[in-house]
Amino acid sequence: MEINALLMDEKDNVVTCVTEVAAGQNVVYRRNDQICTLEAKEDIPYCHKIALTDIPEGGEVIKYGESLGKTSEKILTGHWVSHNNLFSVPRDYDSEMI
Amino acid sequence: MQFWGYKRKEGRAGIRNHVLILPTCACGSESCRIVASQVRGAVNIVFNTGCSDVAANTAMSQKVLTGFACNPNVYGVVIIGLGCETVPHNKLREKIQSMTSKPVVSFGIQDEGGTLKTIEKAVRAARDMAAEAAMQQKELCDISELLLGIECGGSDATSGIASNPAVGELSDLLVDMGASTIMSESIEWIGGEHVLAKRGATPEIHNQIIKVCKDYEAHLEAAGQDCRAGQPTPGNKAGGLSTLDEKSLGCIRKGGTRPVVEVLEQAERPTKQGAILMDTAGYDISSVTSMVAGGCNAVIFTTGRGTPTGNAIVPVIKVTANARTYQKMEDNMDVDLSAIIAGTKTYQEMGAELVHVVEDVCNGKMTKAEAFGFSDIAVDHVCRFV
Repeated sequence: MEINALLMDEKDNVVTCVTEVAAGQNVVYRRNDQICTLEAKEDIPYCHKIALTDIPEGGEVIKYGESLGKTSEKILTGHWVSHNNLFSVPRDYDSEMI
Repeated sequence: MQFWGYKRKEGRAGIRNHVLILPTCACGSESCRIVASQVRGAVNIVFNTGCSDVAANTAMSQKVLTGFACNPNVYGVVIIGLGCETVPHNKLREKIQSMTSKPVVSFGIQDEGGTLKTIEKAVRAARDMAAEAAMQQKELCDISELLLGIECGGSDATSGIASNPAVGELSDLLVDMGASTIMSESIEWIGGEHVLAKRGATPEIHNQIIKVCKDYEAHLEAAGQDCRAGQPTPGNKAGGLSTLDEKSLGCIRKGGTRPVVEVLEQAERPTKQGAILMDTAGYDISSVTSMVAGGCNAVIFTTGRGTPTGNAIVPVIKVTANARTYQKMEDNMDVDLSAIIAGTKTYQEMGAELVHVVEDVCNGKMTKAEAFGFSDIAVDHVCRFV
């Protein structure tokens, strides 16, 4: 099975597809030495993200082991994660100081 | 790991042994180009200011010019000035001589009596210096003498998920071996600055990283520019980057994961060993200029769309994970990282391979941009000309 998605960190709940993936196709990625698969429930464009688990509305999307922002709707496993359902949570610099 | 380099009396070893033909101002740049073209072993830079600047711009230019002269890849310096610029050739020479014991000579076009007379003297001086430089033997240097600049430019969707993580892995491996790396482009930390700050070795460094981003954003705001407006761009979103956080996280991955031991101003020389940050523009040419002035002896440069850029003083190693870009622009690309995107190699594996690429370049292998003799620089400015 050819790898067609990349997991950036073990904590991530999305992988990034490195080919276009059509609905119904398998997404294949490496987790350490294991090869994992997941069925795409909708078309995923090149270099876009697919959910590895169900993510509730307001839940965090994790890539690189860090939060990319929060979801504006529930995203089910195998669905497309994009700017249409993910938004950045505003922070202010002063609160980031320690 | 060790490499064959040129030991210097002060600071790190060079991986090249250039005679640098250095203009004090735009009016000296063309003469410098002609002098360098006459002498094998000499390189020149084109400097587009040096006159009619506010003090802050002059200070930045001086940091860059003196930093270039002190860069370990430079054996000696031939300065050409005009005579009426803000910092004339003799003053620049004295400043450089106070910072380094390497040979430095200087000429002024007005004093010498015009272009031809200046070029004649400068060519003779550069020729003699290049002859001496050629006699210097390479010696085995410890990897701790390496200061690698890390840059990205012409990024695409593959940069954040493949080439940047691979170079981040390279940075971690080099730092673990005792080398130092600099990641710059502070404007691009914004959105992921809280994550980068977590790498700060101390609470002070943590806060310094946040402050650099806060100050940069405020600086641009004063010029009427909102650096978050329209970010990520529609092109970014189409390429899979959903939020500014995601764009920034992909960008900062090229700096690796090791503790950040120092945060430098533009063109400033590090005082620590390890993973270092420098507060520079996101403009790749300007950022590389600042890191070279800070003393980097090599630069690794990730790209998605491809770029030809090179620097006269340090080799720039161009890497891409976009297979199409590598094929189309192989004349400008040094390393193909597309195996990561193809899924046949991990970014960790490619990062380990990059260690050997860097080792070869340190030992003298020319990069594509170096073989072309490219010499791009851009000195950052804070204000209009006077």
